[in-house]
Amino acid sequence: MNMPILSVRNIEKSFGGIRAVRDVSFDVQKGEILGLIGPNGSGKSTLFNCILGQLKPEKGEVEVQGRKVSGLRASQLNKLGVGRTFQQLSVFPKMSVLDNIILAGQEHHGSMLSRLFGPSDAGLTEAAERLISFFRLDHLRDTLAGSLSYGQQKLVDAAMAFMAGPSLVLLDEPAGGVNLTMLAHLKERLVAYNAEHGTTFVVIEHNMEFVMSLCTRVIVLAEGEVIAEGTPAEIRANPKVIDAYLGGGA
Amino acid sequence: MTLNRSLLTKIAIAVLLLAAIVAPIGQGNYITYVLTSWLVFSIAAMGLNLTLGYAGQISLAQASFMAIGAYTTALLTLAGWHWVLAMPLGLILCFGVGLLLGYPALRVKGHLLAFVTLAFNTLVFLVLRNEEWLTGGTFGLVGMPRPDFFIFKTMKQLHFYYFTLGITVFASLAMWGIVRSPWGRAFKALRENPVRAESLGVDTRRITLLAFAIGSAYGGLAGALITPLVQFIEPGSFGLAHSLRILLMVVVGGSGFFFGPFLGAGVVILLPEVLRFTEGYYLIIYSALVIVMLVFVPSGLIGLGGRLREKLWPRQQVRGDLVEGAAQK
Repeated sequence: MNMPILSVRNIEKSFGGIRAVRDVSFDVQKGEILGLIGPNGSGKSTLFNCILGQLKPEKGEVEVQGRKVSGLRASQLNKLGVGRTFQQLSVFPKMSVLDNIILAGQEHHGSMLSRLFGPSDAGLTEAAERLISFFRLDHLRDTLAGSLSYGQQKLVDAAMAFMAGPSLVLLDEPAGGVNLTMLAHLKERLVAYNAEHGTTFVVIEHNMEFVMSLCTRVIVLAEGEVIAEGTPAEIRANPKVIDAYLGGGA
Repeated sequence: MTLNRSLLTKIAIAVLLLAAIVAPIGQGNYITYVLTSWLVFSIAAMGLNLTLGYAGQISLAQASFMAIGAYTTALLTLAGWHWVLAMPLGLILCFGVGLLLGYPALRVKGHLLAFVTLAFNTLVFLVLRNEEWLTGGTFGLVGMPRPDFFIFKTMKQLHFYYFTLGITVFASLAMWGIVRSPWGRAFKALRENPVRAESLGVDTRRITLLAFAIGSAYGGLAGALITPLVQFIEPGSFGLAHSLRILLMVVVGGSGFFFGPFLGAGVVILLPEVLRFTEGYYLIIYSALVIVMLVFVPSGLIGLGGRLREKLWPRQQVRGDLVEGAAQK
Protein backbone atom coordinates (compact mmCIF):
# COMPACT_ATOMS: atom_id res chain seq x y z
CA MET A 1 0.00 0.00 0.00
CA ASN A 2 1.19 3.54 -0.75
CA MET A 3 2.26 5.90 1.99
CA PRO A 4 -0.90 7.43 3.50
CA ILE A 5 -1.42 11.13 2.84
CA LEU A 6 -2.61 11.58 6.43
CA SER A 7 -1.63 9.38 9.30
CA VAL A 8 -3.13 9.87 12.77
CA ARG A 9 -1.41 7.84 15.49
CA ASN A 10 -2.71 7.29 19.04
CA ILE A 11 -4.05 10.80 19.53
CA GLU A 12 -5.22 11.57 23.07
CA LYS A 13 -6.66 14.86 24.27
CA SER A 14 -8.34 15.74 27.58
CA PHE A 15 -10.01 18.86 28.91
CA GLY A 16 -9.75 18.80 32.68
CA GLY A 17 -11.04 15.38 33.67
CA ILE A 18 -12.85 14.75 30.38
CA ARG A 19 -11.04 12.60 27.83
CA ALA A 20 -12.29 14.10 24.58
CA VAL A 21 -10.19 11.93 22.26
CA ARG A 22 -8.94 8.49 23.35
CA ASP A 23 -6.16 6.74 21.48
CA VAL A 24 -7.51 7.46 18.00
CA SER A 25 -5.53 6.14 15.02
CA PHE A 26 -6.35 5.99 11.33
CA ASP A 27 -4.78 6.47 7.91
CA VAL A 28 -6.16 8.30 4.90
CA GLN A 29 -5.02 7.31 1.41
CA LYS A 30 -4.53 9.71 -1.48
CA GLY A 31 -7.77 10.48 -3.32
CA GLU A 32 -10.01 9.12 -0.55
CA ILE A 33 -13.05 10.95 0.76
CA LEU A 34 -13.19 10.00 4.42
CA GLY A 35 -16.18 10.87 6.59
CA LEU A 36 -15.77 11.41 10.31
CA ILE A 37 -19.11 11.12 12.09
CA GLY A 38 -20.36 10.81 15.63
CA PRO A 39 -22.85 12.32 18.04
CA ASN A 40 -22.25 15.74 19.61
CA GLY A 41 -19.39 15.58 22.10
CA SER A 42 -17.86 12.50 20.46
CA GLY A 43 -14.54 14.29 19.89
CA LYS A 44 -14.72 14.95 16.14
CA SER A 45 -13.91 18.66 16.30
CA THR A 46 -11.25 18.13 18.97
CA LEU A 47 -9.61 15.51 16.76
CA PHE A 48 -9.82 17.88 13.78
CA ASN A 49 -8.18 20.65 15.78
CA CYS A 50 -5.44 18.26 16.94
CA ILE A 51 -4.75 17.26 13.32
CA LEU A 52 -4.66 20.91 12.22
CA GLY A 53 -2.36 22.01 15.04
CA GLN A 54 -4.92 24.24 16.73
CA LEU A 55 -4.91 22.00 19.80
CA LYS A 56 -1.89 20.21 21.19
CA PRO A 57 -2.64 16.55 21.94
CA GLU A 58 -1.19 15.03 25.13
CA LYS A 59 -0.15 11.96 23.20
CA GLY A 60 0.17 10.82 19.63
CA GLU A 61 1.46 12.00 16.29
CA VAL A 62 0.05 13.38 13.07
CA GLU A 63 1.90 12.87 9.80
CA VAL A 64 1.13 14.42 6.43
CA GLN A 65 2.76 12.54 3.56
CA GLY A 66 5.14 10.92 6.01
CA ARG A 67 6.19 14.21 7.65
CA LYS A 68 5.46 14.81 11.31
CA VAL A 69 3.36 17.97 11.57
CA SER A 70 2.64 18.13 15.29
CA GLY A 71 3.50 21.61 16.57
CA LEU A 72 3.35 23.30 13.17
CA ARG A 73 1.31 26.49 12.83
CA ALA A 74 -1.78 26.51 10.62
CA SER A 75 0.00 28.65 8.00
CA GLN A 76 2.92 26.19 7.84
CA LEU A 77 0.51 23.28 7.51
CA ASN A 78 -1.27 25.09 4.69
CA LYS A 79 2.02 25.47 2.85
CA LEU A 80 2.51 21.69 3.11
CA GLY A 81 -0.66 21.29 1.05
CA VAL A 82 -3.31 21.03 3.77
CA GLY A 83 -6.45 23.12 3.21
CA ARG A 84 -9.45 23.39 5.47
CA THR A 85 -12.90 24.87 5.84
CA PHE A 86 -14.52 25.94 9.08
CA GLN A 87 -17.77 24.99 10.78
CA GLN A 88 -18.63 28.67 11.17
CA LEU A 89 -18.68 30.93 8.14
CA SER A 90 -15.12 31.91 7.38
CA VAL A 91 -15.04 34.26 4.46
CA PHE A 92 -13.64 37.79 4.63
CA PRO A 93 -16.91 39.74 4.48
CA LYS A 94 -15.56 43.11 3.33
CA MET A 95 -13.57 41.64 0.46
CA SER A 96 -15.00 40.61 -2.91
CA VAL A 97 -15.44 36.94 -3.77
CA LEU A 98 -12.51 37.27 -6.18
CA ASP A 99 -10.25 38.84 -3.53
CA ASN A 100 -11.23 36.17 -0.99
CA ILE A 101 -10.12 33.45 -3.36
CA ILE A 102 -6.97 35.26 -4.54
CA LEU A 103 -5.94 35.72 -0.90
CA ALA A 104 -6.20 31.97 -0.42
CA GLY A 105 -3.52 31.45 -3.05
CA GLN A 106 -1.23 34.46 -2.80
CA GLU A 107 0.94 33.20 0.05
CA HIS A 108 2.00 30.27 -2.12
CA HIS A 109 3.50 32.55 -4.77
CA GLY A 110 6.96 34.08 -4.40
CA SER A 111 8.63 35.48 -1.31
CA MET A 112 7.26 38.00 1.18
CA LEU A 113 9.19 40.81 -0.54
CA SER A 114 8.22 39.79 -4.06
CA ARG A 115 4.59 39.96 -2.94
CA LEU A 116 5.14 43.66 -2.18
CA PHE A 117 7.48 44.70 -4.98
CA GLY A 118 6.80 42.06 -7.63
CA PRO A 119 3.86 41.85 -10.03
CA SER A 120 0.77 42.07 -7.88
CA ASP A 121 -1.11 39.32 -9.70
CA ALA A 122 1.24 36.55 -10.89
CA GLY A 123 -1.62 34.61 -12.51
CA LEU A 124 -3.66 34.53 -9.31
CA THR A 125 -6.69 36.29 -10.81
CA GLU A 126 -6.85 33.76 -13.62
CA ALA A 127 -6.57 30.84 -11.18
CA ALA A 128 -9.20 32.37 -8.90
CA GLU A 129 -11.55 32.93 -11.84
CA ARG A 130 -11.20 29.28 -12.83
CA LEU A 131 -12.26 28.25 -9.30
CA ILE A 132 -15.10 30.78 -9.33
CA SER A 133 -16.33 29.20 -12.56
CA PHE A 134 -15.84 25.71 -11.15
CA PHE A 135 -18.12 26.53 -8.22
CA ARG A 136 -20.45 28.42 -10.60
CA LEU A 137 -20.10 31.70 -8.78
CA ASP A 138 -19.24 33.80 -11.86
CA HIS A 139 -22.17 36.16 -11.35
CA LEU A 140 -20.88 36.94 -7.84
CA ARG A 141 -17.21 37.54 -8.76
CA ASP A 142 -17.10 41.17 -7.61
CA THR A 143 -19.74 40.97 -4.87
CA LEU A 144 -18.64 41.49 -1.28
CA ALA A 145 -18.47 38.05 0.34
CA GLY A 146 -20.36 39.31 3.39
CA SER A 147 -23.45 40.07 1.30
CA LEU A 148 -23.78 36.53 -0.09
CA SER A 149 -26.31 34.00 1.17
CA TYR A 150 -25.14 31.42 3.72
CA GLY A 151 -24.90 28.63 1.14
CA GLN A 152 -22.97 30.80 -1.30
CA GLN A 153 -20.50 31.74 1.44
CA LYS A 154 -19.99 28.02 2.10
CA LEU A 155 -19.13 27.60 -1.59
CA VAL A 156 -16.67 30.52 -1.43
CA ASP A 157 -15.17 28.98 1.71
CA ALA A 158 -14.68 25.68 -0.14
CA ALA A 159 -13.20 27.46 -3.18
CA MET A 160 -10.72 29.21 -0.87
CA ALA A 161 -9.63 25.88 0.58
CA PHE A 162 -8.87 24.64 -2.96
CA MET A 163 -7.12 27.76 -4.31
CA ALA A 164 -3.60 26.73 -3.27
CA GLY A 165 -4.00 23.33 -4.94
CA PRO A 166 -3.90 21.32 -1.70
CA SER A 167 -3.40 17.57 -1.63
CA LEU A 168 -5.54 17.20 1.50
CA VAL A 169 -8.60 19.23 2.53
CA LEU A 170 -10.36 18.93 5.87
CA LEU A 171 -13.97 20.06 5.66
CA ASP A 172 -15.64 20.89 8.98
CA GLU A 173 -19.42 20.47 8.66
CA PRO A 174 -19.66 21.79 5.09
CA ALA A 175 -23.39 21.00 4.94
CA GLY A 176 -24.34 22.80 8.18
CA GLY A 177 -27.14 25.31 7.58
CA VAL A 178 -27.06 24.89 3.79
CA ASN A 179 -30.37 24.46 1.94
CA LEU A 180 -31.01 21.27 -0.03
CA THR A 181 -30.44 22.75 -3.50
CA MET A 182 -27.17 24.36 -2.50
CA LEU A 183 -26.15 21.18 -0.66
CA ALA A 184 -26.62 19.05 -3.77
CA HIS A 185 -24.58 21.62 -5.70
CA LEU A 186 -21.79 21.59 -3.08
CA LYS A 187 -21.63 17.79 -3.02
CA GLU A 188 -21.57 17.54 -6.81
CA ARG A 189 -18.72 20.08 -6.97
CA LEU A 190 -16.70 18.29 -4.24
CA VAL A 191 -17.03 14.96 -6.05
CA ALA A 192 -16.05 16.61 -9.34
CA TYR A 193 -13.00 18.27 -7.74
CA ASN A 194 -11.93 14.99 -6.17
CA ALA A 195 -12.25 13.19 -9.53
CA GLU A 196 -10.48 15.95 -11.45
CA HIS A 197 -7.56 16.64 -9.09
CA GLY A 198 -7.34 13.51 -6.93
CA THR A 199 -7.50 15.69 -3.82
CA THR A 200 -8.11 13.85 -0.57
CA PHE A 201 -10.97 14.99 1.69
CA VAL A 202 -11.65 14.38 5.35
CA VAL A 203 -15.18 15.48 6.17
CA ILE A 204 -16.81 16.03 9.56
CA GLU A 205 -20.56 16.12 9.10
CA HIS A 206 -23.85 15.50 10.86
CA ASN A 207 -25.92 15.26 7.70
CA MET A 208 -25.94 11.49 7.21
CA GLU A 209 -27.35 11.58 3.70
CA PHE A 210 -24.57 13.97 2.66
CA VAL A 211 -21.80 11.87 4.26
CA MET A 212 -23.07 8.53 3.03
CA SER A 213 -23.42 9.73 -0.56
CA LEU A 214 -20.14 11.69 -0.63
CA CYS A 215 -17.64 9.56 1.26
CA THR A 216 -15.85 6.41 0.20
CA ARG A 217 -15.06 5.43 3.79
CA VAL A 218 -16.52 6.46 7.14
CA ILE A 219 -15.08 6.46 10.66
CA VAL A 220 -17.50 6.69 13.59
CA LEU A 221 -16.45 8.25 16.88
CA ALA A 222 -18.32 7.92 20.17
CA GLU A 223 -17.07 9.26 23.51
CA GLY A 224 -13.68 9.99 21.96
CA GLU A 225 -13.10 6.50 20.58
CA VAL A 226 -13.35 4.94 17.13
CA ILE A 227 -16.27 2.51 17.36
CA ALA A 228 -16.56 1.61 13.68
CA GLU A 229 -14.88 2.03 10.33
CA GLY A 230 -15.97 0.94 6.87
CA THR A 231 -17.81 1.79 3.70
CA PRO A 232 -21.04 3.80 4.03
CA ALA A 233 -23.06 0.59 3.52
CA GLU A 234 -21.13 -1.21 6.27
CA ILE A 235 -21.57 1.72 8.64
CA ARG A 236 -25.32 1.87 8.04
CA ALA A 237 -25.57 -1.80 8.96
CA ASN A 238 -23.23 -1.71 11.98
CA PRO A 239 -25.28 -2.39 15.17
CA LYS A 240 -22.79 -0.43 17.35
CA VAL A 241 -23.24 2.63 15.15
CA ILE A 242 -27.01 2.27 15.05
CA ASP A 243 -27.05 2.04 18.81
CA ALA A 244 -24.65 4.95 19.45
CA TYR A 245 -25.58 7.35 16.71
CA LEU A 246 -27.77 6.54 13.75
CA GLY A 247 -30.78 5.15 15.60
CA GLY A 248 -33.35 2.86 14.11
CA GLY A 249 -34.55 5.27 11.51
CA ALA A 250 -31.20 5.74 9.75
CA MET B 1 -19.76 51.22 -14.89
CA THR B 2 -16.43 50.10 -13.35
CA LEU B 3 -14.55 52.11 -15.95
CA ASN B 4 -16.63 55.20 -15.18
CA ARG B 5 -16.02 54.75 -11.49
CA SER B 6 -12.28 54.41 -12.00
CA LEU B 7 -12.26 57.46 -14.28
CA LEU B 8 -14.27 59.44 -11.71
CA THR B 9 -11.77 58.46 -8.99
CA LYS B 10 -8.87 59.64 -11.16
CA ILE B 11 -10.63 62.94 -11.90
CA ALA B 12 -11.41 63.40 -8.18
CA ILE B 13 -7.76 62.78 -7.25
CA ALA B 14 -6.57 65.25 -9.92
CA VAL B 15 -9.04 67.90 -8.68
CA LEU B 16 -7.98 67.36 -5.03
CA LEU B 17 -4.31 67.58 -5.95
CA LEU B 18 -4.94 70.75 -7.92
CA ALA B 19 -6.88 72.17 -4.95
CA ALA B 20 -3.97 71.29 -2.65
CA ILE B 21 -1.60 73.12 -5.04
CA VAL B 22 -3.65 76.31 -5.29
CA ALA B 23 -4.99 76.37 -1.70
CA PRO B 24 -2.11 78.33 -0.10
CA ILE B 25 -1.66 80.79 -2.98
CA GLY B 26 -2.43 84.31 -1.79
CA GLN B 27 -2.85 83.14 1.82
CA GLY B 28 -0.87 84.46 4.75
CA ASN B 29 1.83 82.56 6.62
CA TYR B 30 -0.54 81.29 9.31
CA ILE B 31 -3.03 79.69 6.87
CA THR B 32 -0.13 78.13 4.94
CA TYR B 33 1.25 76.80 8.25
CA VAL B 34 -2.15 75.27 9.11
CA LEU B 35 -2.38 73.67 5.66
CA THR B 36 1.13 72.24 6.08
CA SER B 37 0.11 70.84 9.48
CA TRP B 38 -2.86 69.20 7.75
CA LEU B 39 -0.50 67.43 5.32
CA VAL B 40 1.87 66.35 8.11
CA PHE B 41 -0.93 64.94 10.26
CA SER B 42 -2.44 63.26 7.18
CA ILE B 43 0.80 61.28 6.87
CA ALA B 44 0.71 60.31 10.55
CA ALA B 45 -2.97 59.33 10.24
CA MET B 46 -2.23 57.39 7.03
CA GLY B 47 0.21 55.25 9.04
CA LEU B 48 -2.28 54.65 11.84
CA ASN B 49 -4.92 53.87 9.22
CA LEU B 50 -2.73 51.03 7.99
CA THR B 51 -2.21 49.64 11.51
CA LEU B 52 -5.79 50.13 12.70
CA GLY B 53 -7.97 50.60 9.63
CA TYR B 54 -6.51 47.97 7.34
CA ALA B 55 -4.88 45.52 9.77
CA GLY B 56 -7.29 45.98 12.71
CA GLN B 57 -4.59 46.52 15.37
CA ILE B 58 -5.44 49.32 17.81
CA SER B 59 -2.61 51.70 18.62
CA LEU B 60 -2.59 54.73 20.90
CA ALA B 61 1.07 55.42 20.31
CA GLN B 62 1.24 57.18 16.94
CA ALA B 63 2.35 60.47 18.52
CA SER B 64 5.27 58.69 20.16
CA PHE B 65 6.50 57.61 16.70
CA MET B 66 6.13 61.18 15.52
CA ALA B 67 8.32 62.05 18.51
CA ILE B 68 10.97 59.48 17.61
CA GLY B 69 11.04 60.72 14.00
CA ALA B 70 11.03 64.36 15.08
CA TYR B 71 13.78 64.08 17.71
CA THR B 72 16.00 61.90 15.49
CA THR B 73 15.71 64.40 12.64
CA ALA B 74 16.14 67.36 14.98
CA LEU B 75 19.27 66.00 16.68
CA LEU B 76 20.88 65.05 13.38
CA THR B 77 20.02 68.26 11.53
CA LEU B 78 21.26 70.29 14.51
CA ALA B 79 24.49 68.29 14.23
CA GLY B 80 24.81 69.42 10.62
CA TRP B 81 23.20 66.54 8.73
CA HIS B 82 20.96 67.33 5.77
CA TRP B 83 17.28 66.56 6.34
CA VAL B 84 17.33 64.10 3.44
CA LEU B 85 19.87 61.96 5.34
CA ALA B 86 18.44 62.49 8.82
CA MET B 87 14.84 61.64 7.91
CA PRO B 88 15.51 58.05 6.71
CA LEU B 89 17.32 57.28 9.96
CA GLY B 90 14.27 58.45 11.89
CA LEU B 91 12.08 56.25 9.72
CA ILE B 92 14.29 53.21 10.17
CA LEU B 93 14.31 53.75 13.94
CA CYS B 94 10.50 54.04 13.98
CA PHE B 95 10.19 50.92 11.81
CA GLY B 96 12.38 48.98 14.27
CA VAL B 97 10.65 50.27 17.39
CA GLY B 98 7.25 49.71 15.73
CA LEU B 99 8.26 46.13 15.04
CA LEU B 100 9.05 45.67 18.73
CA LEU B 101 5.77 47.32 19.78
CA GLY B 102 4.00 44.84 17.51
CA TYR B 103 5.13 41.87 19.63
CA PRO B 104 2.58 42.45 22.40
CA ALA B 105 -0.08 42.49 19.67
CA LEU B 106 0.73 38.83 19.03
CA ARG B 107 -0.51 38.05 22.53
CA VAL B 108 -3.11 40.66 23.42
CA LYS B 109 -5.92 42.23 21.41
CA GLY B 110 -8.52 44.98 21.70
CA HIS B 111 -8.56 47.14 24.82
CA LEU B 112 -5.57 45.33 26.34
CA LEU B 113 -3.47 46.17 23.29
CA ALA B 114 -4.74 49.75 23.50
CA PHE B 115 -3.36 49.94 27.05
CA VAL B 116 -0.01 48.45 26.01
CA THR B 117 0.41 51.10 23.29
CA LEU B 118 -0.84 53.82 25.65
CA ALA B 119 1.84 52.80 28.16
CA PHE B 120 4.43 52.93 25.37
CA ASN B 121 3.37 56.47 24.47
CA THR B 122 3.73 57.50 28.11
CA LEU B 123 7.14 55.81 28.30
CA VAL B 124 8.42 57.72 25.26
CA PHE B 125 7.05 60.98 26.71
CA LEU B 126 8.86 60.37 30.02
CA VAL B 127 12.13 59.50 28.30
CA LEU B 128 11.93 62.70 26.23
CA ARG B 129 11.17 64.77 29.32
CA ASN B 130 13.74 63.20 31.65
CA GLU B 131 16.74 62.60 29.39
CA GLU B 132 17.64 66.28 29.25
CA TRP B 133 21.23 65.67 28.07
CA LEU B 134 19.87 64.35 24.79
CA THR B 135 16.42 65.81 24.28
CA GLY B 136 16.64 69.12 26.13
CA GLY B 137 13.92 67.90 28.52
CA THR B 138 10.92 70.19 28.92
CA PHE B 139 12.83 73.00 27.16
CA GLY B 140 12.90 70.90 24.01
CA LEU B 141 15.04 71.49 20.95
CA VAL B 142 14.99 74.67 18.95
CA GLY B 143 16.41 76.14 15.75
CA MET B 144 16.36 73.13 13.47
CA PRO B 145 17.09 74.26 9.92
CA ARG B 146 14.71 73.80 7.02
CA PRO B 147 16.19 71.82 4.14
CA ASP B 148 17.53 73.45 0.99
CA PHE B 149 17.68 71.69 -2.35
CA PHE B 150 20.09 73.69 -4.52
CA ILE B 151 17.96 76.57 -5.79
CA PHE B 152 14.79 75.38 -4.04
CA LYS B 153 14.91 76.67 -0.48
CA THR B 154 12.14 75.83 1.98
CA MET B 155 12.65 78.67 4.45
CA LYS B 156 9.57 80.45 3.14
CA GLN B 157 6.31 79.00 4.47
CA LEU B 158 4.85 78.53 0.98
CA HIS B 159 7.95 76.72 -0.25
CA PHE B 160 7.91 74.45 2.77
CA TYR B 161 4.24 73.72 2.06
CA TYR B 162 5.06 72.53 -1.47
CA PHE B 163 7.99 70.50 -0.16
CA THR B 164 5.61 68.82 2.34
CA LEU B 165 3.01 68.33 -0.39
CA GLY B 166 5.61 66.53 -2.53
CA ILE B 167 6.53 64.23 0.37
CA THR B 168 2.82 63.61 1.08
CA VAL B 169 2.18 62.62 -2.55
CA PHE B 170 5.17 60.29 -2.47
CA ALA B 171 4.07 58.74 0.87
CA SER B 172 0.52 58.36 -0.47
CA LEU B 173 1.72 56.58 -3.61
CA ALA B 174 3.81 54.22 -1.48
CA MET B 175 0.80 53.52 0.77
CA TRP B 176 -1.41 53.03 -2.29
CA GLY B 177 1.09 50.44 -3.55
CA ILE B 178 1.12 48.65 -0.18
CA VAL B 179 -2.65 48.43 0.28
CA ARG B 180 -3.19 47.32 -3.33
CA SER B 181 -0.49 44.63 -3.11
CA PRO B 182 -0.92 41.13 -1.67
CA TRP B 183 0.32 42.62 1.62
CA GLY B 184 -2.72 44.90 1.67
CA ARG B 185 -4.98 41.91 1.15
CA ALA B 186 -3.21 40.09 3.98
CA PHE B 187 -3.63 43.13 6.28
CA LYS B 188 -7.38 43.16 5.59
CA ALA B 189 -7.59 39.42 6.16
CA LEU B 190 -5.84 39.87 9.51
CA ARG B 191 -8.44 42.48 10.47
CA GLU B 192 -11.45 40.47 9.34
CA ASN B 193 -10.60 36.92 10.37
CA PRO B 194 -7.08 36.15 11.62
CA VAL B 195 -7.76 32.46 12.25
CA ARG B 196 -9.00 31.93 8.69
CA ALA B 197 -6.13 34.01 7.31
CA GLU B 198 -3.60 31.82 9.13
CA SER B 199 -5.27 28.68 7.79
CA LEU B 200 -4.79 30.03 4.25
CA GLY B 201 -1.05 30.38 4.69
CA VAL B 202 -0.93 34.02 5.81
CA ASP B 203 1.78 34.35 8.45
CA THR B 204 -0.37 36.46 10.75
CA ARG B 205 2.49 37.03 13.21
CA ARG B 206 4.71 38.55 10.55
CA ILE B 207 1.91 40.59 9.02
CA THR B 208 0.88 41.96 12.46
CA LEU B 209 4.45 43.10 13.11
CA LEU B 210 4.65 44.69 9.66
CA ALA B 211 1.38 46.55 10.21
CA PHE B 212 2.87 48.14 13.32
CA ALA B 213 6.28 48.76 11.76
CA ILE B 214 5.03 50.42 8.55
CA GLY B 215 2.37 52.44 10.39
CA SER B 216 5.04 53.61 12.84
CA ALA B 217 7.42 54.59 10.02
CA TYR B 218 4.69 56.85 8.64
CA GLY B 219 4.42 58.40 12.11
CA GLY B 220 8.19 58.90 12.00
CA LEU B 221 7.95 60.61 8.61
CA ALA B 222 5.33 63.01 9.97
CA GLY B 223 7.65 63.72 12.90
CA ALA B 224 10.56 64.33 10.55
CA LEU B 225 8.44 66.99 8.83
CA ILE B 226 7.21 68.59 12.07
CA THR B 227 10.82 69.33 13.05
CA PRO B 228 11.58 71.77 10.20
CA LEU B 229 7.97 73.01 10.08
CA VAL B 230 7.77 74.22 13.69
CA GLN B 231 11.54 74.45 14.28
CA PHE B 232 10.85 73.80 17.95
CA ILE B 233 9.92 70.48 19.53
CA GLU B 234 9.23 69.52 23.14
CA PRO B 235 7.79 66.37 24.76
CA GLY B 236 4.34 67.93 25.29
CA SER B 237 3.81 67.99 21.51
CA PHE B 238 3.85 64.20 21.43
CA GLY B 239 1.79 63.20 24.48
CA LEU B 240 -1.13 60.82 24.68
CA ALA B 241 -3.60 63.59 23.76
CA HIS B 242 -1.89 63.85 20.37
CA SER B 243 -2.11 60.10 19.80
CA LEU B 244 -5.83 60.33 20.56
CA ARG B 245 -6.08 63.23 18.13
CA ILE B 246 -4.50 61.14 15.35
CA LEU B 247 -6.86 58.29 16.24
CA LEU B 248 -9.75 60.75 15.93
CA MET B 249 -8.51 61.73 12.46
CA VAL B 250 -8.57 58.10 11.33
CA VAL B 251 -12.01 57.43 12.79
CA VAL B 252 -13.61 60.68 11.62
CA GLY B 253 -12.21 60.33 8.10
CA GLY B 254 -13.13 56.67 7.75
CA SER B 255 -11.01 53.89 9.19
CA GLY B 256 -9.83 51.43 6.53
CA PHE B 257 -10.49 53.82 3.62
CA PHE B 258 -7.51 55.15 1.71
CA PHE B 259 -8.61 58.82 1.67
CA GLY B 260 -10.06 58.73 5.19
CA PRO B 261 -6.93 60.10 6.92
CA PHE B 262 -6.82 63.17 4.64
CA LEU B 263 -10.44 64.00 5.38
CA GLY B 264 -10.07 63.22 9.07
CA ALA B 265 -6.92 65.32 9.43
CA GLY B 266 -8.75 68.07 7.52
CA VAL B 267 -11.62 68.02 10.01
CA VAL B 268 -9.44 67.81 13.12
CA ILE B 269 -6.88 70.43 11.99
CA LEU B 270 -8.90 72.78 9.78
CA LEU B 271 -12.39 72.74 11.32
CA PRO B 272 -11.33 74.44 14.60
CA GLU B 273 -9.77 77.19 12.45
CA VAL B 274 -12.94 77.57 10.38
CA LEU B 275 -15.01 77.76 13.59
CA ARG B 276 -12.83 80.45 15.17
CA PHE B 277 -15.36 83.14 14.21
CA THR B 278 -17.63 81.68 16.93
CA GLU B 279 -14.96 82.80 19.44
CA GLY B 280 -15.36 81.10 22.83
CA TYR B 281 -17.87 78.55 21.48
CA TYR B 282 -15.75 76.99 18.77
CA LEU B 283 -14.43 74.09 20.87
CA ILE B 284 -17.95 73.28 22.10
CA ILE B 285 -19.34 73.30 18.53
CA TYR B 286 -16.39 71.29 17.28
CA SER B 287 -16.78 68.64 20.02
CA ALA B 288 -20.55 68.43 19.44
CA LEU B 289 -20.04 67.96 15.70
CA VAL B 290 -17.54 65.17 16.29
CA ILE B 291 -19.91 63.39 18.73
CA VAL B 292 -22.87 63.67 16.34
CA MET B 293 -20.75 62.39 13.48
CA LEU B 294 -19.39 59.39 15.35
CA VAL B 295 -22.86 58.42 16.62
CA PHE B 296 -24.61 58.67 13.27
CA VAL B 297 -21.78 57.84 10.85
CA PRO B 298 -19.42 55.43 12.62
CA SER B 299 -17.78 54.58 9.28
CA GLY B 300 -16.53 58.17 9.05
CA LEU B 301 -16.88 60.81 6.38
CA ILE B 302 -15.92 58.43 3.58
CA GLY B 303 -18.62 56.06 4.85
CA LEU B 304 -21.09 58.96 4.80
CA GLY B 305 -20.09 59.66 1.19
CA GLY B 306 -20.64 55.99 0.34
CA ARG B 307 -24.09 56.04 1.94
CA LEU B 308 -25.09 59.17 0.03
CA ARG B 309 -23.82 57.68 -3.22
CA GLU B 310 -25.83 54.49 -2.63
CA LYS B 311 -28.90 56.60 -1.93
CA LEU B 312 -28.53 58.87 -4.95
CA TRP B 313 -27.08 56.37 -7.43
CA PRO B 314 -27.94 52.87 -6.12
CA ARG B 315 -25.98 50.02 -7.70
CA GLN B 316 -28.01 47.86 -10.03
CA GLN B 317 -27.28 44.67 -8.13
CA VAL B 318 -29.53 41.99 -6.69
CA ARG B 319 -28.59 39.40 -4.13
CA GLY B 320 -26.73 36.62 -5.86
CA ASP B 321 -28.93 33.83 -4.49
CA LEU B 322 -32.02 35.54 -5.86
CA VAL B 323 -30.70 35.45 -9.40
CA GLU B 324 -32.79 33.01 -11.37
CA GLY B 325 -31.08 29.63 -11.47
CA ALA B 326 -28.18 30.83 -9.30
CA ALA B 327 -27.82 27.49 -7.55
CA GLN B 328 -28.00 25.43 -10.73
CA LYS B 329 -25.71 27.58 -12.86
